[in-house]
Amino acid sequence: MRAIVTVVGPDRVGIIAEICTLLASLGINIVDISQTVMQDFFTMIMLADTSGANTGFDGIAEALTRKGEEMELSIRIQREDIFNAMHTI
Amino acid sequence: MLNHNDIMSTIDMIDHQHLDIRTITMGISLLDCADPEPTACAKKIYDKICRRAEKLVSTGEAIERELGIPIVNKRISVTPISLVGAASRTDSFVPFAHAMDDAAKVCGVNFIGGFSALVHKGMTPADETLIRSIPEALAMTEMVCSSVNVATIRAGINMDAVALMGRIIRKTAELTADRGGLGCAKLVVFANAVEDNPFMAGAFHGVGEADTVINVGVSGPGVVWHALQAVKGRPFDEVAETIKKTAFRITRMGQLVAQEASRRLGVPFGVVDLSLAPTPAVGDSVARILEAMGLEVCGTHGTTAALALLNDAVKKGGVMASSSVGGLSGAFIPVSEDEGMIAAAKSGTLTLDKLEAMTCVCSVGLDMIAVPGDTPASTLSAIIADEAAIGVVNNKTTAVRLIPAPGKHVGDQVEFGGLLGSAPVMPVHTESAEAFVARGGRIPAPMQSLKN
Repeated sequence: MRAIVTVVGPDRVGIIAEICTLLASLGINIVDISQTVMQDFFTMIMLADTSGANTGFDGIAEALTRKGEEMELSIRIQREDIFNAMHTI
Repeated sequence: MLNHNDIMSTIDMIDHQHLDIRTITMGISLLDCADPEPTACAKKIYDKICRRAEKLVSTGEAIERELGIPIVNKRISVTPISLVGAASRTDSFVPFAHAMDDAAKVCGVNFIGGFSALVHKGMTPADETLIRSIPEALAMTEMVCSSVNVATIRAGINMDAVALMGRIIRKTAELTADRGGLGCAKLVVFANAVEDNPFMAGAFHGVGEADTVINVGVSGPGVVWHALQAVKGRPFDEVAETIKKTAFRITRMGQLVAQEASRRLGVPFGVVDLSLAPTPAVGDSVARILEAMGLEVCGTHGTTAALALLNDAVKKGGVMASSSVGGLSGAFIPVSEDEGMIAAAKSGTLTLDKLEAMTCVCSVGLDMIAVPGDTPASTLSAIIADEAAIGVVNNKTTAVRLIPAPGKHVGDQVEFGGLLGSAPVMPVHTESAEAFVARGGRIPAPMQSLKN
């Protein structure tokens, strides 16, 4: 399954590294990544492939939410389908 | 890869503009539950609902988590109970309402609709038994919703049923007086009721439907309001285009959720209902959309035109986004459930007469309106007759959900809580319609019905 991981919050050193390490430990492959920083506000969008993940979708979502709380960022994962449905015909 | 801005705009709609799926409603046929023995019938009703809807809530919650979109309500609609109970030897259908309520609690849904009768041309003994059971059924259950169809374009208006419903509404209010007349918030009187409506309180599962179906109602007044901020002062063509694009996106999401729920539950997908349904939350109001078009307060001159544009653009935008559109599909204007409508009614700008005019151009009708507790049954019936006439002549669904709030007067406020919100008591005309309603009989179907 392909899913979109979004990370939003104040910018600092090592955000990408830390989140990528977590995703790797869950067996999730990152297919694409895009990030911007606007007025010290960091937003990152990752397209992730969860087909090889070692836990279910709820487990992944929980791990990311926990990480988000720890890093004081908003991290969420949503299936790619919702964005495709809303923005492509 | 998807566009960065598109992804962030979806997230912003969910986080800050109240974008959500308003309801996943499972329609369940209870036609096979009929039994001469009422207790056996009630047991069959309970068993079938529990069996079919066992996984509805957990499936809805799983979809919610994976797509990251709130699905506010999971609900059930069933075959009109007047048909299911017709075979039973009983003079009260209240036990069937209890069976529905118990099943709804076990399944974890928050409303179950279908304590209903279709009496637009005439009443069977079972229809009458059901209607007379409504006040007690709504007072003694929590989640059961009731509806009665009193008119269609083909049959005209059954004025005997209209007169009876005025009295039933009053009795329902009396029996739930300790809760502000809450029972009436769960009772809808329809003209041209639809068989696949997923929204409460008027949902029932029509006899033309499959055994079990999934219908989805989308929402998003906040998203439309937000989109209109970008076209301030621009001509109406641009307003309509903006609403259409927004409605398209919202509906696509509804279609995705409907397909997903249908696949996982192994139940056919019925329809996506394109309604803009407000909530009492600030920023989720249909009235505020109309005001964003340039009206100082909803209800002033221009409101009907603004609502007509909104209603039409929502349908045009949504219809291409779903493989099957149905239900009520249009903008809802329930007063107590819409923060902007409440404010407009309190200020005195939004009146019952203006709301009636608005129902000519939008979905449904006089919805969630509190009126003085001493309003006579005949006045309630006359309001129903007016609304039914609009539906019958214009070939659209109209409905009346009035709450004659016990002991309350114009200017008072009735609190229902949750999605049902709070309603300012609005004035009705005090001149009598008693002799008009007492005539009974049927207002014939209009010329528009002769289409063959």
